[in-house]
Amino acid sequence: MSVPAIPYAPKRTAKSVVLLTLAVGFILPVALFGAILVLSPLTKPAMFEALVNQLGGNYAAWSPTAKAGAYAGAAALLGFMLLNFGAIISGTTVWWEMRVSSRMQSRIGYNRVGAGGFFQWIADAVKLLLKEDLVPAEADQLLFRAAPYFVLVGFALTFVALPFGESIIAADLNVGIFYMISVTALVVVGIMLAGWSSNSKWALFGGMRSAAQVISYEIPAGIAIMVPILMAGTLSMQGIIRAQGPWPWQWFVFTNPFAFVAFIIFFIAQLAEGNRTPFDLPEADSELVAGYLSEYSSFRFALYFLVEFGNLWVMAAVAVTLFFGGWQVPGTTLQTFQDAIGPGPLPGAAWWGLQLASLVVFVVKTLVVLNVIVWIRWTLPRIRVDQMMTLCWKYLVPFAFVSFVATLLWMIVVARYPVAATVTGGVLTAVFAVVLAVFLRQTKANITAAGDRVDLTHW
Amino acid sequence: MATTTVREYTGAIKDTVVSFWHGLSITLSHLVRRPMTVQYPDRTPMHVRDMLPPRYRGFLEVDAAICTGCQACERACPIGCIQITLEKDPANPKQRVVTQFDIDEAKCMFCGLCVEPCPTGSIQHTREFEASQSDIRNLVFRWADPATGFPVYKVDKTAEYYPRVELGSLVRAKLETRAWDAPGPKFFPPEPPRPPEEKKPAAKPAAAAPAAAAAAPAPTAPAAAPAADKPTTETK
Repeated sequence: MSVPAIPYAPKRTAKSVVLLTLAVGFILPVALFGAILVLSPLTKPAMFEALVNQLGGNYAAWSPTAKAGAYAGAAALLGFMLLNFGAIISGTTVWWEMRVSSRMQSRIGYNRVGAGGFFQWIADAVKLLLKEDLVPAEADQLLFRAAPYFVLVGFALTFVALPFGESIIAADLNVGIFYMISVTALVVVGIMLAGWSSNSKWALFGGMRSAAQVISYEIPAGIAIMVPILMAGTLSMQGIIRAQGPWPWQWFVFTNPFAFVAFIIFFIAQLAEGNRTPFDLPEADSELVAGYLSEYSSFRFALYFLVEFGNLWVMAAVAVTLFFGGWQVPGTTLQTFQDAIGPGPLPGAAWWGLQLASLVVFVVKTLVVLNVIVWIRWTLPRIRVDQMMTLCWKYLVPFAFVSFVATLLWMIVVARYPVAATVTGGVLTAVFAVVLAVFLRQTKANITAAGDRVDLTHW
Repeated sequence: MATTTVREYTGAIKDTVVSFWHGLSITLSHLVRRPMTVQYPDRTPMHVRDMLPPRYRGFLEVDAAICTGCQACERACPIGCIQITLEKDPANPKQRVVTQFDIDEAKCMFCGLCVEPCPTGSIQHTREFEASQSDIRNLVFRWADPATGFPVYKVDKTAEYYPRVELGSLVRAKLETRAWDAPGPKFFPPEPPRPPEEKKPAAKPAAAAPAAAAAAPAPTAPAAAPAADKPTTETK
């Protein structure tokens, strides 16, 4: 009668799946960052000419059409890689955020598709693409179809002026940060279009909230951005980074106490502009279904999703550029990079190594800020609309003006006594380190108070 | 909007900083702790059924070897998901045989009222709970072989305990041999009309006939059929 019991063993992720995940997890960033590292400098005109000559061509003898065509081809390749980077970083950010958030809620999260559920974002994307592409009958067809592209373009264009390293930037515009603010404003246009054209009350409310929110927060963000611009004396992204130093006490956020305030204002405003919790009112699920996204499905929805998570990288990278010293590698100066170019038409290996180091520094800093954004999302609940407006107009805007004016005065002081910046930098860095240590102690106390311990075995 | 005092204004900033401080440290502390999640079904250290408390009320199990055929469980069941039929053994008229002992686990609400009156502990809740079936009729557990049945257990007055097989082993054997997509029985419920010659004179033939007639055209009839069927097949 009784059947012999089937021996039970807990299932584990197969070795082959783990290896595949590790391989993809290694190859993907290496390929993307490698392509950006190599292509970005080589698509600059002088370097491109040197490369063509190096490869046996005679660039000077080419017809203007051939020159333009070849150059446009190289630039298009770089643009393609940057777009891919945006899309893939968005997907992996989704995966990472879901893993982190589930840990914060004592859950495990994605764990089935690949080791640690790493391929979940690919599965999600495929699922979204296979869904029915629905346009509501009463919607404004043209605007409904156009809206996602505004959002996508507003996101993709930021990569033009987004620095990755010392010479790793698609185009170092002399109005870089101004350009960034301008193109990200396109996202709002797309969101409002989506809200209006869906012909749905949820979507309309979402769009209107988004418009009110993003346009309000543009003001403190813009004024806060003025602070690093004043300190650097330039609008260029690379210029702002070059005006800072590699060590924490040389970063803008610490050299000037008002820049620290400006950073906090800028960071909050960035969260609001990116529709991140606690400012995700435009898509408040409990009130507005999904806000302006309510009527979207399939590929169009996927575009919004991609932009929302891809924007995390952009937000973090801009914050790192403006306040955290960007790609400045500790132990080097700007002269180090100049010296490493070497005598040849193409820079030598040392220069490429330095570029790689700067890329790594920038990426690490960006990931830290990105994680803070994720962390805040899963800590704070959504605030009310009136609270959101109060925060902007009663707190951020006045403080932004104060820090702006105070920075002007601070610049006068620093011009007179240059040591003031160093002293403040050292003091603020030390204070920050102490606060961080106290914070970590508090965290440890939280763990021990619950009778638990640090246990990372189930990651 | 009411006017805001300076104290309220600065207090709001302080509250924000403090709540950030505590909130972020709490979420960070959970980030580095072990998650609570039990990864059902295949990453648990043992079968989930073995991790459940011993008094868990899962699927009912009947040990036919110690079933006295008293039908106390059938009477106790508030929703009538237990169906028992007793017949006399044609070879040995003294011996009664349980020819049908069906428990519809799809109907069962796991209240445990059938377990309490059982004189020998034959019917018991197990810790089994995993039995997804594509056909809901496959959730009817037939504890008596309809062809042969099983003889009722004669209680030994001097016995100090009743020799029951390991709890759960019978249900497990049934579950493990039944594929999730196995086709369900076509005629069950209700029972197909039996040939009248092997029946005793029906207690209420008037009630049985309309029910059988209604069962054929209308699919809603099966609910009424077991109740009408009972008096005709029960032989005490």
